[in-house]
Amino acid sequence: MHDTPAKSKERALRIGIAGPVGTGKSSVIAALCRGLSTEFSLGVITNDIYTDEDARFLRSEGVLPGERIRAVETGACPHTAIRDDVTMNLIAIEDLERDFAPLDIVLVESGGDNLTATFSPALVDAQMFVLDVAGGGDVARKGGPGIARADLLVVNKIDLAEHVDVDVDQMVADAENARDGGPVLALSRKRPETVGHLCDWVRQLHRAYIGGTHTAIDPGPMAPHSHPHPHTTDH
Amino acid sequence: MLSDGRFPAGGYAHSGGLEPTVAAGRVSNAAELEQFLVGRAETAGFVAAVFAAAACSMASRGETVALAGLEAELDARFPSSELRAVSRTLGRQLLRAMSTIHPHPYFSVLAAAPHQPMVMGIAAAAFGLDSRAAALAILHESVAGPAAAAAKLMPVDPFEVHAALARASARLDRLSEAAAAQAEAPVCDFPSLGSPLMDIAAEHHKRRSTRLFAS
Ligand SMILES: Nc1nc2c(ncn2[C@@H]2O[C@H](COP(=O)(O)OP(=O)(O)OP(=O)(O)O)[C@@H](O)[C@H]2O)c(=O)[nH]1
Ligand SMILES: [Mg+2]
Repeated sequence: MHDTPAKSKERALRIGIAGPVGTGKSSVIAALCRGLSTEFSLGVITNDIYTDEDARFLRSEGVLPGERIRAVETGACPHTAIRDDVTMNLIAIEDLERDFAPLDIVLVESGGDNLTATFSPALVDAQMFVLDVAGGGDVARKGGPGIARADLLVVNKIDLAEHVDVDVDQMVADAENARDGGPVLALSRKRPETVGHLCDWVRQLHRAYIGGTHTAIDPGPMAPHSHPHPHTTDH
Repeated sequence: MLSDGRFPAGGYAHSGGLEPTVAAGRVSNAAELEQFLVGRAETAGFVAAVFAAAACSMASRGETVALAGLEAELDARFPSSELRAVSRTLGRQLLRAMSTIHPHPYFSVLAAAPHQPMVMGIAAAAFGLDSRAAALAILHESVAGPAAAAAKLMPVDPFEVHAALARASARLDRLSEAAAAQAEAPVCDFPSLGSPLMDIAAEHHKRRSTRLFAS
C-alpha cells in the first residue's frame, strides 16, 4: 500500500504549533493533551533540531501514551520541514492516523525557529503561533506572518509578566492590532482558566472542521525585507 | 529536477554519512571533503546508479516481475541495517512526493517503502528519461547531498565545496555511462562495492543522542 494524499474529513484535524525557541510550544501541546484527551483521540508529531528532546519531554509528562508521540528529524532545517518540503511530516502524520485510526486531532510542533516560520497549508489545517512575555512586550508589534495571520496567537507565560516588566494587556492589544482583530490568547499554565480558553478554542475549531465550515488560511511565507534606503530600480 | 536538493522529498535531512565522518575526525577540510565525495560516488553512488539505471530500463520495458527481484538484490548490498533503512526511508519519501508531482502506473509495482534508487529509476522512466540519465540523477544526488550538508558540519568555504562538485562532474558522467552499461548485465552480477567505514559510521550515528542530520 502506498502513501497517498488523504482526503480531508476522512482524516484528523491537523493543527500546527509554531513560534520561537522556548516560548512554550511543547507546554501548550502538553496542556492540550491533558485537557482534551478524554474527549478526542489525539496524536502528536514533534520536529527536532538536535535531539528528540521535545518528544521525550512530552512522553515524560505522561499526557498521552508514548507511542502516540513521534519525532521527525529535520536536518537542522526546522523551517523547511514545515513549509518548503513537508514530505517527512506528512508521512509521519499519515502513519499516526493509520496506526491509531480514527484519530480526531494531530498536533504538530515545529522546531523552535524565528518569527518568520509558519506551516504550509499542505501540512496543517490550522496553526497557532506561540510568543511569551519573556521575549519582551514589543515582539507582538514586530509582526511577521505567524504573528499577523496564524489562526491563533498565544501570548504565553503571563505569570512572569511582572518579573520582566511587561504589561500583558498592552501586549495583547498590540497583538490584536497587528492581527486586525484576529484572536489572541493570554496563557499561563499557572492560570487554569486560560488553559480552559485554549482548550475551548481547539474544541470550537474541531467543530468547525467537522461541520465543514473551517477554511484553512495560509499566513504566507516570510515577509519581504524592507530596506531603509530607497531603491532606484525595481526588483 | 529529480536530483535537485530542493526537490521536496526530505533529502535535506540527510548528510550521506558526512556528519558521523566529520565527528570521527576523518574529514576536516576541503581537500578531505573532496576525497569523501569521490569515495561516495565511486562506491555507494555507483551501486545506486546501476540499480537506478536497471529500474529505469525495466520500467520502460514494463518488466514488473524483474523489478521486484531487483529490490531484494539491492537489499543484500547494504551490510549496515541502518543504511538499508535510510535508503528505504528516502525511497518512501520520494515515492510520496512523486504521487502528487508526477503520478505514474509504474510506481504501483513497488512496495510501500522501496529503496531510493528503485524509485529514482522508475521516476526517471516516468519522465521519459533513459537509464544513463537515471544513473546520473542518483549519482549527482549522492554527492550534492553531503556537499550541501558540509556547510553546516564543518568550516568550509561554500565556493570551494562547489568547486569540488564541478571537478567531479566528468567523473559522474563517466560513472553514469558505466552504470547504464552494467545495468544490462544479469542482476546477480551487479556490483557490490563496500565502504566499511561508512557502514560503521552509520551505525554509530544512529546511536548518538545529539545530531543535526538523520544520517
Ligand atoms: N512560568 C512559566 N513557564 C512556562 C510556561 N509555559 C512554559 N514554561 C517554561 O518555559 C520553558 C520552555 O517551554 P517549552 O514548552 O519547552 O517551550 P518550547 O517552545 O517547546 O521550546 P523549544 O521546543 O525548545 O523551542 C520550560 O522551562 C517551561 O517549563 C508558563 O505558562 N509559565
Ligand atoms: Mg518544544
